[in-house]
Amino acid sequence: MESSFPLLTSIVLVPAGGALVVALLPKSRQDLVRLFGILTTLATGALTVYLLIAFKKSDDGMQFVTQHLWIKEWGISWHLGVDGISLFLVVLTGLLFPLAFWGGQSDASHDVKAYTAWMLLLEAGVLGTFLSLDLFLFFVSFEIVLVPMYFIIGGWGHGERVYAAVKFFLFTMAGSAFMLVGLLATVFLYRNETGVLTFDVVQIANDQAIAASTTRWLFLAFALAFAVKVPLFPLHTWLPDAHTNAPTAGSVILAGVMLKLGTYGFVRYGLYLFPDAAHWWAPVFITLGVIGIIYGAICATMQRDLKRLVAYSSVAHLGFIVLGTFALTTESISGGVIQMVNHGVSTGALFLLVGWIYERRHTRQISELRGLQKVAPIFAAAFTVVMLSSIGLPGLNGFIGEFLVLIGSFLTARWWVVVAATGVILAALYLLWAYQRVFHGDVDEANRHFPELKLKEGLILLPLIGLIFFMGIYPKPVLERIEPSVRRLIGHVEAHSDYRQPTVGTGTEAVGG
Amino acid sequence: MTAVLAQVSTFAGPSVDWLALTPLIVLVGGAVMLMLAGALVPVRWPKAVFAGLTAAIAIAALVLTFVLWHQVQDEGPYSLLGGAIVLDGPALFITVVILAAIILTALFLEDYLEREGLGGSEVYALLVTSAIGGIVMAWASDLIVLFLGLEVLSMALYILAASDLRRLESQESGLKYFVLGGFSSAFFLYGIALIYGATGSTNMSEIFRFLGSTELNDKGLLFTGMALLLVGFGFKVAAVPFHMWTPDVYQGAPTPITGFMASASKAAAFAALLRVFSIVFLAYRDDWRPVIFALALLSLLVGSVMAIVQSDVKRMLAYSSISHAGFILVGVDAMADQRGSVLVRSGYSSALFYLLAYAVIVLGSFGVVMLVARSSGGDTSIEAFKGLSHRRPLLAFTFTVLLLAQAGVPLTAGFVAKFDVILAAVDARSYVLAVLAMLTAVIAAFLYLRIIVNMYMSDETEEVRPTIRIPASAALGLGLTLAFTVVVGFLPGLVVDFARDAAGTLAL
Repeated sequence: MESSFPLLTSIVLVPAGGALVVALLPKSRQDLVRLFGILTTLATGALTVYLLIAFKKSDDGMQFVTQHLWIKEWGISWHLGVDGISLFLVVLTGLLFPLAFWGGQSDASHDVKAYTAWMLLLEAGVLGTFLSLDLFLFFVSFEIVLVPMYFIIGGWGHGERVYAAVKFFLFTMAGSAFMLVGLLATVFLYRNETGVLTFDVVQIANDQAIAASTTRWLFLAFALAFAVKVPLFPLHTWLPDAHTNAPTAGSVILAGVMLKLGTYGFVRYGLYLFPDAAHWWAPVFITLGVIGIIYGAICATMQRDLKRLVAYSSVAHLGFIVLGTFALTTESISGGVIQMVNHGVSTGALFLLVGWIYERRHTRQISELRGLQKVAPIFAAAFTVVMLSSIGLPGLNGFIGEFLVLIGSFLTARWWVVVAATGVILAALYLLWAYQRVFHGDVDEANRHFPELKLKEGLILLPLIGLIFFMGIYPKPVLERIEPSVRRLIGHVEAHSDYRQPTVGTGTEAVGG
Repeated sequence: MTAVLAQVSTFAGPSVDWLALTPLIVLVGGAVMLMLAGALVPVRWPKAVFAGLTAAIAIAALVLTFVLWHQVQDEGPYSLLGGAIVLDGPALFITVVILAAIILTALFLEDYLEREGLGGSEVYALLVTSAIGGIVMAWASDLIVLFLGLEVLSMALYILAASDLRRLESQESGLKYFVLGGFSSAFFLYGIALIYGATGSTNMSEIFRFLGSTELNDKGLLFTGMALLLVGFGFKVAAVPFHMWTPDVYQGAPTPITGFMASASKAAAFAALLRVFSIVFLAYRDDWRPVIFALALLSLLVGSVMAIVQSDVKRMLAYSSISHAGFILVGVDAMADQRGSVLVRSGYSSALFYLLAYAVIVLGSFGVVMLVARSSGGDTSIEAFKGLSHRRPLLAFTFTVLLLAQAGVPLTAGFVAKFDVILAAVDARSYVLAVLAMLTAVIAAFLYLRIIVNMYMSDETEEVRPTIRIPASAALGLGLTLAFTVVVGFLPGLVVDFARDAAGTLAL
């Protein structure tokens, strides 16, 4: 499989190059720009699908690794690689971008050229973050996504868009401030121990040369940046504003992929880079995750704005992922990774649907919408499926992730799981209640002419709904690619800390003592 | 009588290495030539001649500087004129920064002078003169020579600040700068006197050797002198609490001159500060480090916080230049770290690199401000930037890149500069300062976002605004700054090496 074709590099550079080309296209040819944008995201998507096919599921290490020296003075290289943990996030990004692009077209009615260029740049940044194995490259990608997202929210958003965009930018940048210092400290402490100046994640993680007590501080510096991005309670306040005011495509990407930069960061740059510190800090982050589940759910219940409701539901869902990540069992982390993908699919679809409601009615207030089921039954059906998947109905994708997280975490964080499980019930409460108010009841005059789901919209939703069912009914192909890498990660944590994963079910533990 | 004459004939002046002085000679000759040209060139000729001549002079000096650079890299640093000046990596690096600043300033000045009807050659001559002062500061290896350079730089700048005769603010700016600058020079000179009193020399390497080998019984005199020198430096680099003049002077001065002050003048002052504190006071770095720490922190905080409450873009950039001075001081602080006996060079090189990156970025930023202000009758308030993206998309884009670079967004030269400084600080274990510096960068980012918001996201209440004409020279200048910002952002290795080599050949 280690062919000469630089697959990962092209996955990052195709959208980046596309952004450049778009910048050079004439501004008046909006159709051309739009077409080129969609084609570029489709090409990137195709590359990620090819990656999925070519991925060897038996290999638990990094695959398709490419490494080229970039800045010799600092030991920084263009170092990309993919394993079971990042694989599906990359594929999710590749699939979600063309859909978001196409589905959110009406928001980008003005200045199509700039919008397209920013979207493509955003995709390159997100993919770079998921694929990079170099601390510098990771930081650069992690930070650079702020700029396009800032412009997309501020330039094409609704309502308080400027406020939301600036808040989003500053919150995330403040988190990254700590990470940059922590990152450099990691590199230098590693150099002091080993004499090698490198930003190579794999090397630093495998050597574990830094004293355990120090890594706790370093971990905290990284974790602050990720906690803002996820976002974890109490650093989540930028999220509802950003989501609500962003254009549809912005919300889809923000919820679908960008929040995962944080949770993915916890796995790769938390557990992998600082296994001992991650174990040490685990109770704190589990607690924050569980608070997020409950708090997000309660806030979501009280929202009057449909989009804000979905935004808060993200806080709750992401809480599950954090819980699973820090519960440190194979099931819980695999569940967390699957949940990252599922949340991207479900919430992405949900934001698309809410965006289309807004397009039709120019309001997102739940109180102004009613009885839509009668006038637009197919739309309502699609909404139902997506909503049920978000709730976590068995048979749909949301269930697999949450179930694995809860069952895996039960071994190591029993009482937290008890609390977190009520979050599942709360999710049913706020989503079903919202559905009831929006889709049930008698149609009033304002909603009588609510248009039915269009063919284009149906085509956009189709792959997402397909995934919702596929992952819900037959998650094995996904799981068997994720699990080896997760098992290896757990082994890594066990090797470098006093943590031992409890064994389950066989009873050997009790017998063997 | 004969006895006196005999004495005169035996007096041997220092040997002069003329080759090493060629960049300075070219600049001095160029300044004289510019004055002459002002008198001789027929009035009908376009005034762009002077700008072109200035740029040509600077380029010639730049070429000579690179010749010297290779010589220094191959054969090591050396001092000349009896140890009064020294040619080493940092000196030549700062020379490059100052010369680049002249070229860019000349490109922007051409249009400005034309519009204000000031077109004479004397502005360019003064510009070159002040650059000579700056270069002498960077080369000085004697405190007296350093003072001479400082005065040449400052005198020319006082006049330049007030050179826009028709605008009252420019007059005010010049006068304010002159009065306060005079004060700071006095402090500086008194500091030199006290240091001479404490050590018996004004020559930096002699003081270095003296302080390295002798334990002073009474350090009071030396420390007072050091503090007074720091006041003088703090004034010139615009570090808090010696920054009071900055916003007013920056706002009042002609915009391209403001850019020159923020880049070349700051670079020259920092060059001298770095040399004095890394060589002369090397033995007492534990004593001056906390002071630099405090100055850095105050500059970062006050600069970024005050910047966000301004409503005039020139004032905003003035305050942000204060916070950038704070960032460079973080590098100076890192320089003081003493593990082992050798100075941590990464602090030195990171400060140099920051100076280069900031100089180019800030010149470009003030260039954009100049172009926008010219179409709105000299209005530099943030309102003047509303909807710039509709009127001049490319100009708005350029300004955006430059502002994001100042904010430290990756893939720009500004990020690499910040990264290098933080790298040095972390290497020197100044974790607290590193974190605080990054957090104030977030505060400052709000300011840059505010300007960007005005350019891109202002509501479309489009009153008809005059279109902005972008003259070729200014376009060239902006193109150069933009290219530098982006290329260095992607391939920092080129310039990082340059700064590293510069700091590596510091003459002790």
